[in-house]
Amino acid sequence: MGAYIIKRAIISVSLLAIISFVTYGLNFLSPLEPAQLVLQAQGVPNITVELIAETKASLGMDQPFLVQYFDWLTSCLQLNFGNSYVSGKPVWSLLGPALLHTLQLTLVSVAGIILLSIGFGVICALREGDLLDKSVRGVLFVLASMPAYLLATLMIWYFSVQLDLLPTSGMTSYRSYLLPALVITLNYAGIYFRIIRSSMLSQLNEDYVLYGRACGLPERTITLHILRNSLQVAVSVFCMAIPTILGSTVVVENIFAWPGLGTLTVNSILGRDFPIIQAYVLVLAAAFVLFNMLSDLLGAALNPKLRKEL
Amino acid sequence: MNILKVSNLRVWDELTGQVIVPNSSFHIKQGNCLSIVGESGSGKSMTCRAIMRLNRGSIRQSGDILFRDVNLAELSDKKIRSLRGKHLCMIMQHGMRAFDPSCVIGVHIRETLAQHYGLNRSESEARMIIAMESVRLKDPAQIMNKYPHQLSGGMLQRIMIALAIVLKPDLIIADEPTTALDAISQYEVVEQLLELRSRMGCAIILVSHDLRIVQKLADEVLVMKAGVIVERGTAQDIFSNARHEYTKYLVSSKLALNKHFHKVMGGTGIVDR
Repeated sequence: MGAYIIKRAIISVSLLAIISFVTYGLNFLSPLEPAQLVLQAQGVPNITVELIAETKASLGMDQPFLVQYFDWLTSCLQLNFGNSYVSGKPVWSLLGPALLHTLQLTLVSVAGIILLSIGFGVICALREGDLLDKSVRGVLFVLASMPAYLLATLMIWYFSVQLDLLPTSGMTSYRSYLLPALVITLNYAGIYFRIIRSSMLSQLNEDYVLYGRACGLPERTITLHILRNSLQVAVSVFCMAIPTILGSTVVVENIFAWPGLGTLTVNSILGRDFPIIQAYVLVLAAAFVLFNMLSDLLGAALNPKLRKEL
Repeated sequence: MNILKVSNLRVWDELTGQVIVPNSSFHIKQGNCLSIVGESGSGKSMTCRAIMRLNRGSIRQSGDILFRDVNLAELSDKKIRSLRGKHLCMIMQHGMRAFDPSCVIGVHIRETLAQHYGLNRSESEARMIIAMESVRLKDPAQIMNKYPHQLSGGMLQRIMIALAIVLKPDLIIADEPTTALDAISQYEVVEQLLELRSRMGCAIILVSHDLRIVQKLADEVLVMKAGVIVERGTAQDIFSNARHEYTKYLVSSKLALNKHFHKVMGGTGIVDR
Protein backbone atom coordinates (compact mmCIF):
# COMPACT_ATOMS: atom_id res chain seq x y z
CA MET A 1 0.00 0.00 0.00
CA GLY A 2 2.81 2.41 0.90
CA ALA A 3 4.61 1.79 -2.37
CA TYR A 4 1.36 2.33 -4.24
CA ILE A 5 0.78 5.71 -2.59
CA ILE A 6 4.34 6.81 -3.43
CA LYS A 7 3.92 5.69 -7.02
CA ARG A 8 0.65 7.57 -7.33
CA ALA A 9 2.19 10.67 -5.71
CA ILE A 10 5.04 10.72 -8.23
CA ILE A 11 2.61 10.45 -11.14
CA SER A 12 0.41 13.16 -9.64
CA VAL A 13 3.30 15.58 -9.14
CA SER A 14 4.52 15.16 -12.70
CA LEU A 15 0.98 15.60 -13.98
CA LEU A 16 0.67 18.83 -12.03
CA ALA A 17 4.00 20.04 -13.45
CA ILE A 18 2.71 19.51 -16.98
CA ILE A 19 -0.56 21.28 -16.17
CA SER A 20 1.28 24.26 -14.66
CA PHE A 21 3.51 24.53 -17.73
CA VAL A 22 0.55 24.52 -20.10
CA THR A 23 -1.33 27.03 -17.95
CA TYR A 24 1.57 29.41 -17.87
CA GLY A 25 2.29 28.92 -21.55
CA LEU A 26 -1.30 29.71 -22.56
CA ASN A 27 -0.87 33.27 -21.37
CA PHE A 28 1.97 33.73 -23.79
CA LEU A 29 -0.22 32.59 -26.66
CA SER A 30 -2.68 35.36 -25.83
CA PRO A 31 -2.39 38.23 -28.33
CA LEU A 32 -2.51 40.80 -25.56
CA GLU A 33 0.60 42.24 -23.99
CA PRO A 34 0.34 41.55 -20.23
CA ALA A 35 2.26 44.70 -19.31
CA GLN A 36 -0.21 46.76 -21.28
CA LEU A 37 -3.08 45.07 -19.45
CA VAL A 38 -1.53 45.89 -16.10
CA LEU A 39 -1.22 49.54 -17.04
CA GLN A 40 -4.74 49.65 -18.43
CA ALA A 41 -6.12 48.05 -15.29
CA GLN A 42 -4.26 50.55 -13.15
CA GLY A 43 -5.93 53.32 -15.12
CA VAL A 44 -2.76 54.85 -16.58
CA PRO A 45 -4.12 57.31 -19.16
CA ASN A 46 -1.18 57.53 -21.54
CA ILE A 47 0.53 54.20 -22.18
CA THR A 48 3.86 54.76 -23.85
CA VAL A 49 6.35 52.23 -25.19
CA GLU A 50 8.82 53.21 -22.46
CA LEU A 51 6.22 52.71 -19.78
CA ILE A 52 5.44 49.21 -21.09
CA ALA A 53 9.12 48.32 -21.12
CA GLU A 54 9.48 49.62 -17.58
CA THR A 55 6.49 47.60 -16.33
CA LYS A 56 7.82 44.52 -18.10
CA ALA A 57 11.13 44.85 -16.34
CA SER A 58 9.53 45.39 -12.94
CA LEU A 59 7.30 42.30 -13.39
CA GLY A 60 10.19 40.22 -14.70
CA MET A 61 8.52 39.82 -18.09
CA ASP A 62 11.67 40.69 -20.00
CA GLN A 63 13.23 37.40 -18.96
CA PRO A 64 13.19 34.33 -21.26
CA PHE A 65 10.01 32.20 -21.05
CA LEU A 66 11.52 29.29 -19.15
CA VAL A 67 13.13 31.55 -16.54
CA GLN A 68 9.81 33.30 -16.02
CA TYR A 69 8.03 29.94 -15.76
CA PHE A 70 10.39 28.57 -13.14
CA ASP A 71 10.27 31.81 -11.14
CA TRP A 72 6.48 31.64 -11.19
CA LEU A 73 6.45 27.93 -10.32
CA THR A 74 8.80 28.27 -7.34
CA SER A 75 6.79 31.14 -5.93
CA CYS A 76 3.56 29.21 -6.57
CA LEU A 77 4.90 26.38 -4.45
CA GLN A 78 5.12 28.89 -1.60
CA LEU A 79 1.51 29.86 -2.28
CA ASN A 80 2.73 33.13 -3.74
CA PHE A 81 0.88 33.45 -7.05
CA GLY A 82 1.98 37.05 -7.65
CA ASN A 83 -0.23 40.10 -7.58
CA SER A 84 -3.51 40.69 -9.29
CA TYR A 85 -3.15 42.90 -12.37
CA VAL A 86 -6.39 44.66 -11.55
CA SER A 87 -6.34 45.31 -7.83
CA GLY A 88 -2.64 44.88 -7.19
CA LYS A 89 -3.40 42.69 -4.18
CA PRO A 90 -1.63 39.34 -3.72
CA VAL A 91 -3.55 36.64 -5.63
CA TRP A 92 -3.62 34.30 -2.64
CA SER A 93 -5.32 36.91 -0.47
CA LEU A 94 -8.17 36.92 -3.00
CA LEU A 95 -8.14 33.26 -4.03
CA GLY A 96 -7.62 31.75 -0.56
CA PRO A 97 -10.83 32.97 1.09
CA ALA A 98 -12.85 32.40 -2.11
CA LEU A 99 -11.54 28.84 -2.31
CA LEU A 100 -12.42 28.26 1.32
CA HIS A 101 -15.97 29.55 0.86
CA THR A 102 -16.57 27.43 -2.23
CA LEU A 103 -14.99 24.42 -0.55
CA GLN A 104 -17.37 24.78 2.40
CA LEU A 105 -20.33 24.98 0.07
CA THR A 106 -19.04 22.03 -1.96
CA LEU A 107 -18.51 19.82 1.07
CA VAL A 108 -21.97 20.56 2.45
CA SER A 109 -23.46 19.82 -0.99
CA VAL A 110 -21.46 16.61 -1.44
CA ALA A 111 -22.57 15.41 1.98
CA GLY A 112 -26.15 16.04 0.86
CA ILE A 113 -25.53 14.30 -2.47
CA ILE A 114 -24.07 11.22 -0.78
CA LEU A 115 -26.92 10.96 1.73
CA LEU A 116 -29.64 11.47 -0.86
CA SER A 117 -28.07 9.21 -3.49
CA ILE A 118 -27.48 6.31 -1.12
CA GLY A 119 -30.86 6.71 0.55
CA PHE A 120 -32.88 6.92 -2.65
CA GLY A 121 -30.61 4.49 -4.51
CA VAL A 122 -31.13 1.77 -1.91
CA ILE A 123 -34.87 2.36 -1.58
CA CYS A 124 -35.42 2.39 -5.34
CA ALA A 125 -33.28 -0.72 -5.89
CA LEU A 126 -35.12 -2.68 -3.21
CA ARG A 127 -38.50 -1.64 -4.60
CA GLU A 128 -37.54 -1.76 -8.24
CA GLY A 129 -40.40 -1.17 -10.62
CA ASP A 130 -43.09 -0.23 -8.11
CA LEU A 131 -44.75 3.15 -7.70
CA LEU A 132 -42.27 4.51 -5.15
CA ASP A 133 -39.30 3.69 -7.37
CA LYS A 134 -40.93 5.24 -10.40
CA SER A 135 -42.02 8.43 -8.64
CA VAL A 136 -38.63 9.01 -6.96
CA ARG A 137 -36.91 8.48 -10.29
CA GLY A 138 -39.33 10.83 -12.01
CA VAL A 139 -39.04 13.65 -9.47
CA LEU A 140 -35.25 13.45 -9.25
CA PHE A 141 -35.02 13.36 -13.04
CA VAL A 142 -36.98 16.60 -13.30
CA LEU A 143 -34.88 18.25 -10.58
CA ALA A 144 -31.60 17.11 -12.12
CA SER A 145 -32.51 18.31 -15.58
CA MET A 146 -33.70 21.72 -14.37
CA PRO A 147 -31.02 24.36 -14.93
CA ALA A 148 -29.43 25.53 -11.68
CA TYR A 149 -30.52 29.14 -12.14
CA LEU A 150 -34.18 28.14 -12.53
CA LEU A 151 -34.10 25.81 -9.54
CA ALA A 152 -32.30 28.44 -7.47
CA THR A 153 -34.79 31.14 -8.40
CA LEU A 154 -37.74 28.93 -7.57
CA MET A 155 -36.17 28.02 -4.23
CA ILE A 156 -35.53 31.64 -3.35
CA TRP A 157 -39.04 32.57 -4.35
CA TYR A 158 -40.58 29.82 -2.22
CA PHE A 159 -38.34 29.53 0.83
CA SER A 160 -37.10 33.10 1.14
CA VAL A 161 -39.87 35.23 -0.28
CA GLN A 162 -43.08 33.23 0.31
CA LEU A 163 -42.15 31.53 3.57
CA ASP A 164 -39.45 33.99 4.65
CA LEU A 165 -37.47 31.15 6.22
CA LEU A 166 -34.02 31.46 4.71
CA PRO A 167 -31.80 34.33 3.56
CA THR A 168 -31.91 35.04 -0.18
CA SER A 169 -28.18 35.56 -0.56
CA GLY A 170 -24.85 36.15 1.09
CA MET A 171 -22.92 34.04 3.54
CA THR A 172 -23.97 35.16 6.98
CA SER A 173 -24.91 32.11 9.04
CA TYR A 174 -25.25 28.35 8.65
CA ARG A 175 -28.71 29.04 7.25
CA SER A 176 -27.14 30.72 4.25
CA TYR A 177 -25.71 27.33 3.25
CA LEU A 178 -29.07 25.61 2.99
CA LEU A 179 -30.43 27.01 -0.26
CA PRO A 180 -27.29 27.02 -2.43
CA ALA A 181 -26.29 23.58 -1.11
CA LEU A 182 -29.79 22.26 -1.76
CA VAL A 183 -29.74 23.50 -5.35
CA ILE A 184 -26.39 21.83 -6.02
CA THR A 185 -27.45 18.65 -4.20
CA LEU A 186 -30.68 18.27 -6.14
CA ASN A 187 -28.89 18.96 -9.40
CA TYR A 188 -26.34 16.21 -8.84
CA ALA A 189 -28.18 13.67 -6.66
CA GLY A 190 -30.56 12.91 -9.50
CA ILE A 191 -27.63 11.58 -11.50
CA TYR A 192 -25.64 9.93 -8.75
CA PHE A 193 -28.52 8.06 -7.14
CA ARG A 194 -28.97 6.21 -10.42
CA ILE A 195 -25.42 4.90 -10.16
CA ILE A 196 -26.18 3.47 -6.71
CA ARG A 197 -29.53 2.10 -7.85
CA SER A 198 -28.22 0.37 -10.95
CA SER A 199 -25.18 -1.11 -9.24
CA MET A 200 -27.41 -2.36 -6.40
CA LEU A 201 -29.69 -3.96 -8.99
CA SER A 202 -26.83 -5.67 -10.75
CA GLN A 203 -25.66 -7.04 -7.38
CA LEU A 204 -29.13 -8.37 -6.53
CA ASN A 205 -28.74 -11.27 -8.93
CA GLU A 206 -25.33 -12.28 -7.64
CA ASP A 207 -24.94 -15.73 -6.13
CA TYR A 208 -23.80 -14.41 -2.77
CA VAL A 209 -27.18 -12.72 -2.31
CA LEU A 210 -28.95 -16.03 -3.02
CA TYR A 211 -26.62 -17.92 -0.69
CA GLY A 212 -27.10 -15.30 2.03
CA ARG A 213 -30.85 -15.73 1.73
CA ALA A 214 -30.51 -19.53 1.62
CA CYS A 215 -28.58 -19.30 4.89
CA GLY A 216 -31.47 -17.41 6.43
CA LEU A 217 -29.73 -14.06 6.83
CA PRO A 218 -32.09 -11.14 7.46
CA GLU A 219 -32.79 -8.84 4.51
CA ARG A 220 -31.13 -5.95 6.33
CA THR A 221 -27.80 -7.79 6.53
CA ILE A 222 -28.04 -8.80 2.88
CA THR A 223 -28.84 -5.22 1.84
CA LEU A 224 -25.75 -3.98 3.69
CA HIS A 225 -23.60 -6.53 1.82
CA ILE A 226 -25.10 -5.44 -1.49
CA LEU A 227 -24.58 -1.77 -0.62
CA ARG A 228 -20.97 -2.38 0.33
CA ASN A 229 -20.29 -3.91 -3.06
CA SER A 230 -22.27 -1.26 -4.92
CA LEU A 231 -20.36 1.53 -3.23
CA GLN A 232 -17.13 0.42 -4.87
CA VAL A 233 -18.31 1.97 -8.11
CA ALA A 234 -19.94 4.94 -6.44
CA VAL A 235 -17.01 5.94 -4.26
CA SER A 236 -14.90 7.02 -7.20
CA VAL A 237 -17.82 8.96 -8.61
CA PHE A 238 -18.48 10.72 -5.31
CA CYS A 239 -14.80 11.59 -4.90
CA MET A 240 -14.68 13.15 -8.33
CA ALA A 241 -17.86 15.08 -7.55
CA ILE A 242 -15.94 17.30 -5.12
CA PRO A 243 -13.52 18.89 -7.65
CA THR A 244 -16.25 18.92 -10.31
CA ILE A 245 -18.60 20.95 -8.11
CA LEU A 246 -15.68 23.06 -6.91
CA GLY A 247 -15.14 24.15 -10.48
CA SER A 248 -18.75 24.59 -11.55
CA THR A 249 -20.49 26.63 -8.87
CA VAL A 250 -20.42 29.82 -10.96
CA VAL A 251 -24.16 30.04 -11.58
CA VAL A 252 -25.22 29.15 -8.06
CA GLU A 253 -22.64 31.47 -6.52
CA ASN A 254 -23.73 34.37 -8.67
CA ILE A 255 -27.40 33.90 -7.84
CA PHE A 256 -26.80 33.60 -4.10
CA ALA A 257 -24.03 36.26 -4.06
CA TRP A 258 -21.69 33.64 -2.59
CA PRO A 259 -18.19 35.12 -2.19
CA GLY A 260 -16.55 32.07 -3.73
CA LEU A 261 -14.36 30.88 -6.57
CA GLY A 262 -17.03 31.14 -9.24
CA THR A 263 -17.65 34.83 -8.64
CA LEU A 264 -13.93 35.58 -8.42
CA THR A 265 -12.96 33.75 -11.61
CA VAL A 266 -15.72 35.19 -13.73
CA ASN A 267 -14.63 38.68 -12.72
CA SER A 268 -10.98 37.79 -13.35
CA ILE A 269 -11.68 36.36 -16.79
CA LEU A 270 -13.67 39.44 -17.76
CA GLY A 271 -10.89 41.69 -16.45
CA ARG A 272 -8.14 39.53 -18.04
CA ASP A 273 -6.51 39.19 -14.64
CA PHE A 274 -4.04 36.49 -15.69
CA PRO A 275 -2.36 35.75 -12.34
CA ILE A 276 -5.70 34.90 -10.76
CA ILE A 277 -6.78 32.72 -13.69
CA GLN A 278 -3.46 30.88 -13.63
CA ALA A 279 -3.71 30.29 -9.90
CA TYR A 280 -7.34 29.16 -10.23
CA VAL A 281 -6.53 26.63 -12.95
CA LEU A 282 -3.61 25.33 -10.95
CA VAL A 283 -5.57 24.98 -7.73
CA LEU A 284 -8.45 23.24 -9.48
CA ALA A 285 -6.10 20.90 -11.33
CA ALA A 286 -4.45 20.05 -8.03
CA ALA A 287 -7.88 19.35 -6.56
CA PHE A 288 -8.74 16.99 -9.44
CA VAL A 289 -5.43 15.14 -9.14
CA LEU A 290 -5.74 14.90 -5.38
CA PHE A 291 -9.30 13.60 -5.35
CA ASN A 292 -8.60 11.21 -8.19
CA MET A 293 -5.84 9.70 -6.10
CA LEU A 294 -8.11 9.65 -3.05
CA SER A 295 -10.83 7.84 -4.98
CA ASP A 296 -8.35 5.17 -6.09
CA LEU A 297 -7.17 4.66 -2.54
CA LEU A 298 -10.72 4.48 -1.20
CA GLY A 299 -11.68 2.06 -3.95
CA ALA A 300 -8.75 -0.13 -2.99
CA ALA A 301 -9.78 -0.02 0.66
CA LEU A 302 -13.28 -1.21 -0.27
CA ASN A 303 -12.28 -3.78 -2.86
CA PRO A 304 -9.94 -6.47 -1.56
CA LYS A 305 -9.14 -7.63 -5.10
CA LEU A 306 -7.68 -4.24 -5.97
CA ARG A 307 -5.85 -4.11 -2.65
CA LYS A 308 -3.95 -7.26 -3.56
CA GLU A 309 -2.59 -5.63 -6.69
CA LEU A 310 -1.15 -2.67 -4.80
CA MET B 1 -41.09 -41.26 6.68
CA ASN B 2 -41.09 -38.51 4.12
CA ILE B 3 -39.15 -35.46 5.16
CA LEU B 4 -40.26 -33.45 2.14
CA LYS B 5 -43.28 -33.89 -0.04
CA VAL B 6 -43.75 -31.59 -3.00
CA SER B 7 -47.08 -31.74 -4.76
CA ASN B 8 -48.28 -29.97 -7.88
CA LEU B 9 -45.39 -27.53 -7.90
CA ARG B 10 -45.75 -25.02 -10.68
CA VAL B 11 -43.14 -22.36 -11.40
CA TRP B 12 -43.65 -19.64 -13.97
CA ASP B 13 -42.36 -16.27 -15.04
CA GLU B 14 -45.03 -13.69 -14.48
CA LEU B 15 -43.45 -11.22 -16.87
CA THR B 16 -43.19 -13.41 -19.95
CA GLY B 17 -45.88 -15.93 -19.01
CA GLN B 18 -43.38 -18.72 -19.66
CA VAL B 19 -44.01 -21.83 -17.55
CA ILE B 20 -40.73 -23.25 -16.28
CA VAL B 21 -42.04 -26.18 -14.24
CA PRO B 22 -45.62 -27.09 -15.21
CA ASN B 23 -46.58 -29.62 -12.54
CA SER B 24 -44.07 -31.50 -10.39
CA SER B 25 -44.73 -33.86 -7.51
CA PHE B 26 -42.07 -35.81 -5.67
CA HIS B 27 -41.02 -36.73 -2.17
CA ILE B 28 -37.88 -37.61 -0.31
CA LYS B 29 -37.48 -39.96 2.63
CA GLN B 30 -35.62 -39.14 5.81
CA GLY B 31 -31.88 -39.67 5.33
CA ASN B 32 -32.18 -40.43 1.64
CA CYS B 33 -30.50 -38.80 -1.30
CA LEU B 34 -32.73 -37.77 -4.13
CA SER B 35 -30.99 -36.78 -7.29
CA ILE B 36 -32.49 -34.56 -9.95
CA VAL B 37 -30.78 -35.00 -13.29
CA GLY B 38 -31.34 -33.42 -16.64
CA GLU B 39 -29.66 -31.08 -19.05
CA SER B 40 -29.11 -27.37 -18.40
CA GLY B 41 -32.29 -25.34 -18.43
CA SER B 42 -34.55 -28.26 -17.56
CA GLY B 43 -35.83 -26.52 -14.41
CA LYS B 44 -33.72 -28.38 -11.85
CA SER B 45 -32.37 -25.30 -10.08
CA MET B 46 -35.73 -23.56 -10.26
CA THR B 47 -37.36 -26.54 -8.55
CA CYS B 48 -34.76 -26.45 -5.78
CA ARG B 49 -35.10 -22.74 -5.24
CA ALA B 50 -38.87 -23.08 -5.22
CA ILE B 51 -38.61 -25.54 -2.31
CA MET B 52 -36.82 -22.87 -0.26
CA ARG B 53 -38.92 -20.12 -1.84
CA LEU B 54 -35.82 -18.36 -3.07
CA ASN B 55 -36.94 -17.51 -6.59
CA ARG B 56 -37.06 -13.74 -6.89
CA GLY B 57 -38.38 -11.05 -9.10
CA SER B 58 -41.04 -12.07 -11.57
CA ILE B 59 -40.77 -15.83 -10.87
CA ARG B 60 -43.93 -17.12 -9.17
CA GLN B 61 -44.79 -20.53 -7.79
CA SER B 62 -47.79 -22.51 -6.62
CA GLY B 63 -48.30 -25.94 -5.08
CA ASP B 64 -47.71 -27.50 -1.69
CA ILE B 65 -44.29 -28.09 -0.19
CA LEU B 66 -44.71 -30.17 2.95
CA PHE B 67 -41.57 -30.19 5.05
CA ARG B 68 -42.02 -32.25 8.24
CA ASP B 69 -45.79 -31.64 7.96
CA VAL B 70 -45.28 -27.85 7.66
CA ASN B 71 -46.41 -26.36 4.37
CA LEU B 72 -43.54 -24.10 3.34
CA ALA B 73 -45.69 -22.50 0.66
CA GLU B 74 -47.99 -21.02 3.29
CA LEU B 75 -45.39 -19.76 5.78
CA SER B 76 -44.77 -16.07 6.35
CA ASP B 77 -41.52 -14.59 5.02
CA LYS B 78 -40.19 -14.38 8.55
CA LYS B 79 -41.00 -18.00 9.34
CA ILE B 80 -39.46 -19.39 6.19
CA ARG B 81 -36.33 -17.29 6.79
CA SER B 82 -35.88 -18.89 10.20
CA LEU B 83 -36.06 -22.34 8.54
CA ARG B 84 -33.58 -21.48 5.80
CA GLY B 85 -30.09 -22.34 6.87
CA LYS B 86 -31.09 -24.03 10.09
CA HIS B 87 -33.37 -26.74 8.66
CA LEU B 88 -32.98 -26.33 4.90
CA CYS B 89 -29.46 -25.74 3.73
CA MET B 90 -28.17 -24.97 0.28
CA ILE B 91 -24.81 -25.72 -1.27
CA MET B 92 -24.21 -23.56 -4.28
CA GLN B 93 -22.71 -24.42 -7.64
CA HIS B 94 -20.09 -21.67 -7.76
CA GLY B 95 -18.16 -21.47 -4.51
CA MET B 96 -16.32 -18.49 -5.93
CA ARG B 97 -19.49 -16.45 -6.23
CA ALA B 98 -21.34 -17.72 -3.16
CA PHE B 99 -19.63 -15.41 -0.68
CA ASP B 100 -19.59 -11.62 -0.58
CA PRO B 101 -16.41 -10.76 -2.51
CA SER B 102 -15.59 -7.78 -0.33
CA CYS B 103 -15.79 -9.55 3.02
CA VAL B 104 -13.67 -12.33 4.45
CA ILE B 105 -15.34 -15.75 4.61
CA GLY B 106 -15.66 -15.53 8.39
CA VAL B 107 -18.15 -12.66 8.13
CA HIS B 108 -20.77 -14.79 6.39
CA ILE B 109 -20.19 -17.67 8.80
CA ARG B 110 -20.48 -15.47 11.88
CA GLU B 111 -23.60 -13.73 10.59
CA THR B 112 -25.29 -17.04 9.78
CA LEU B 113 -24.48 -18.68 13.11
CA ALA B 114 -25.39 -15.54 15.07
CA GLN B 115 -28.73 -15.48 13.25
CA HIS B 116 -29.69 -19.09 14.00
CA TYR B 117 -27.93 -19.91 17.24
CA GLY B 118 -27.11 -16.48 18.69
CA LEU B 119 -23.46 -17.46 18.84
CA ASN B 120 -20.86 -14.79 19.41
CA ARG B 121 -17.69 -14.47 17.37
CA SER B 122 -15.45 -16.85 19.32
CA GLU B 123 -18.15 -19.50 19.78
CA SER B 124 -19.08 -19.59 16.12
CA GLU B 125 -15.42 -19.69 15.10
CA ALA B 126 -14.71 -22.53 17.51
CA ARG B 127 -17.58 -24.62 16.08
CA MET B 128 -16.69 -23.77 12.53
CA ILE B 129 -13.05 -24.71 13.01
CA ILE B 130 -14.06 -28.22 14.14
CA ALA B 131 -16.37 -28.59 11.15
CA MET B 132 -13.76 -27.30 8.71
CA GLU B 133 -11.19 -29.71 10.06
CA SER B 134 -13.65 -32.55 9.55
CA VAL B 135 -13.90 -31.69 5.83
CA ARG B 136 -10.11 -31.70 5.76
CA LEU B 137 -9.51 -27.99 5.35
CA LYS B 138 -6.12 -27.07 6.72
CA ASP B 139 -5.65 -23.94 8.85
CA PRO B 140 -9.35 -23.21 9.28
CA ALA B 141 -8.78 -20.14 11.46
CA GLN B 142 -6.69 -18.60 8.70
CA ILE B 143 -9.13 -19.52 5.97
CA MET B 144 -11.87 -17.61 7.75
CA ASN B 145 -9.76 -14.46 7.45
CA LYS B 146 -9.36 -14.91 3.70
CA TYR B 147 -11.38 -13.29 0.93
CA PRO B 148 -13.21 -15.58 -1.51
CA HIS B 149 -10.82 -14.74 -4.36
CA GLN B 150 -7.91 -15.96 -2.25
CA LEU B 151 -9.38 -19.47 -1.99
CA SER B 152 -10.09 -22.16 -4.58
CA GLY B 153 -13.55 -23.23 -5.72
CA GLY B 154 -13.12 -26.62 -4.07
CA MET B 155 -12.16 -25.05 -0.75
CA LEU B 156 -15.17 -22.72 -0.84
CA GLN B 157 -17.42 -25.67 -1.64
CA ARG B 158 -16.07 -27.51 1.38
CA ILE B 159 -16.56 -24.39 3.52
CA MET B 160 -20.23 -24.48 2.53
CA ILE B 161 -20.36 -28.17 3.50
CA ALA B 162 -18.63 -27.36 6.81
CA LEU B 163 -21.17 -24.61 7.48
CA ALA B 164 -23.92 -27.14 6.79
CA ILE B 165 -22.31 -29.48 9.33
CA VAL B 166 -22.48 -26.75 11.98
CA LEU B 167 -26.05 -25.80 11.06
CA LYS B 168 -27.24 -29.44 11.24
CA PRO B 169 -30.07 -29.08 8.73
CA ASP B 170 -32.66 -31.78 8.03
CA LEU B 171 -32.39 -31.30 4.30
CA ILE B 172 -29.47 -30.19 2.18
CA ILE B 173 -30.03 -28.97 -1.33
CA ALA B 174 -26.84 -29.25 -3.34
CA ASP B 175 -27.28 -27.46 -6.65
CA GLU B 176 -24.64 -28.85 -9.00
CA PRO B 177 -22.00 -28.85 -6.27
CA THR B 178 -19.29 -30.31 -8.47
CA THR B 179 -19.92 -28.78 -11.87
CA ALA B 180 -17.49 -25.89 -11.47
CA LEU B 181 -14.69 -28.01 -10.04
CA ASP B 182 -11.76 -29.92 -11.49
CA ALA B 183 -11.75 -33.72 -11.25
CA ILE B 184 -9.75 -33.96 -8.02
CA SER B 185 -11.84 -31.36 -6.17
CA GLN B 186 -14.96 -33.07 -7.51
CA TYR B 187 -13.87 -36.32 -5.97
CA GLU B 188 -13.16 -34.66 -2.63
CA VAL B 189 -16.48 -32.83 -2.53
CA VAL B 190 -18.37 -36.03 -3.35
CA GLU B 191 -16.52 -37.83 -0.55
CA GLN B 192 -17.45 -35.03 1.85
CA LEU B 193 -21.10 -35.16 0.82
CA LEU B 194 -21.14 -38.93 1.38
CA GLU B 195 -19.60 -38.48 4.79
CA LEU B 196 -21.95 -35.62 5.66
CA ARG B 197 -24.89 -37.86 4.91
CA SER B 198 -23.67 -40.84 6.88
CA ARG B 199 -22.68 -38.69 9.83
CA MET B 200 -25.70 -36.40 10.10
CA GLY B 201 -28.40 -38.60 8.65
CA CYS B 202 -29.88 -35.67 6.79
CA ALA B 203 -31.67 -35.93 3.48
CA ILE B 204 -29.97 -34.55 0.38
CA ILE B 205 -31.37 -33.26 -2.87
CA LEU B 206 -28.56 -33.46 -5.36
CA VAL B 207 -28.96 -31.60 -8.59
CA SER B 208 -26.47 -32.64 -11.20
CA HIS B 209 -25.99 -33.46 -14.80
CA ASP B 210 -22.98 -35.53 -13.94
CA LEU B 211 -24.30 -39.10 -13.81
CA ARG B 212 -21.12 -40.52 -12.28
CA ILE B 213 -21.71 -38.48 -9.14
CA VAL B 214 -25.41 -39.28 -9.15
CA GLN B 215 -24.63 -43.00 -9.33
CA LYS B 216 -22.32 -42.69 -6.37
CA LEU B 217 -24.59 -40.65 -4.10
CA ALA B 218 -28.22 -41.06 -5.02
CA ASP B 219 -30.79 -43.49 -3.65
CA GLU B 220 -33.50 -42.23 -5.92
CA VAL B 221 -33.37 -40.34 -9.17
CA LEU B 222 -35.70 -37.94 -10.93
CA VAL B 223 -35.03 -37.26 -14.58
CA MET B 224 -36.23 -33.87 -15.75
CA LYS B 225 -36.62 -32.59 -19.24
CA ALA B 226 -38.03 -29.16 -20.05
CA GLY B 227 -39.52 -28.82 -16.57
CA VAL B 228 -41.29 -32.20 -16.65
CA ILE B 229 -40.24 -35.24 -14.62
CA VAL B 230 -39.96 -37.85 -17.36
CA GLU B 231 -38.75 -40.73 -15.25
CA ARG B 232 -38.29 -41.58 -11.60
CA GLY B 233 -37.02 -44.58 -9.68
CA THR B 234 -34.25 -45.97 -7.56
CA ALA B 235 -30.75 -45.19 -8.74
CA GLN B 236 -30.15 -48.84 -9.59
CA ASP B 237 -33.25 -49.03 -11.75
CA ILE B 238 -32.47 -45.89 -13.66
CA PHE B 239 -28.93 -46.87 -14.49
CA SER B 240 -29.54 -50.51 -15.35
CA ASN B 241 -33.03 -50.35 -16.72
CA ALA B 242 -33.91 -46.93 -18.10
CA ARG B 243 -37.33 -46.84 -19.71
CA HIS B 244 -37.67 -43.34 -21.05
CA GLU B 245 -35.83 -42.47 -24.26
CA TYR B 246 -34.32 -39.36 -22.68
CA THR B 247 -32.93 -41.30 -19.70
CA LYS B 248 -31.47 -43.91 -22.05
CA TYR B 249 -29.83 -41.09 -23.96
CA LEU B 250 -28.36 -39.56 -20.79
CA VAL B 251 -27.08 -42.93 -19.53
CA SER B 252 -25.63 -43.93 -22.87
CA SER B 253 -23.88 -40.61 -23.32
CA LYS B 254 -22.37 -41.09 -19.87
CA LEU B 255 -21.17 -44.57 -20.85
CA ALA B 256 -19.72 -43.27 -24.08
CA LEU B 257 -17.90 -40.53 -22.21
CA ASN B 258 -16.53 -42.99 -19.68
CA LYS B 259 -15.38 -45.32 -22.45
CA HIS B 260 -13.54 -42.44 -24.03
CA PHE B 261 -12.06 -41.53 -20.66
CA HIS B 262 -10.86 -45.08 -20.11
CA LYS B 263 -9.34 -45.13 -23.56
CA VAL B 264 -7.49 -41.87 -23.02
CA MET B 265 -6.41 -42.48 -19.43
CA GLY B 266 -5.87 -46.20 -19.77
CA GLY B 267 -7.38 -46.92 -16.38
CA THR B 268 -10.26 -46.19 -14.07
CA GLY B 269 -11.74 -42.75 -13.76
CA ILE B 270 -11.22 -41.01 -10.46
CA VAL B 271 -14.85 -41.03 -9.43
CA ASP B 272 -15.29 -44.67 -10.43
CA ARG B 273 -12.80 -45.83 -7.83
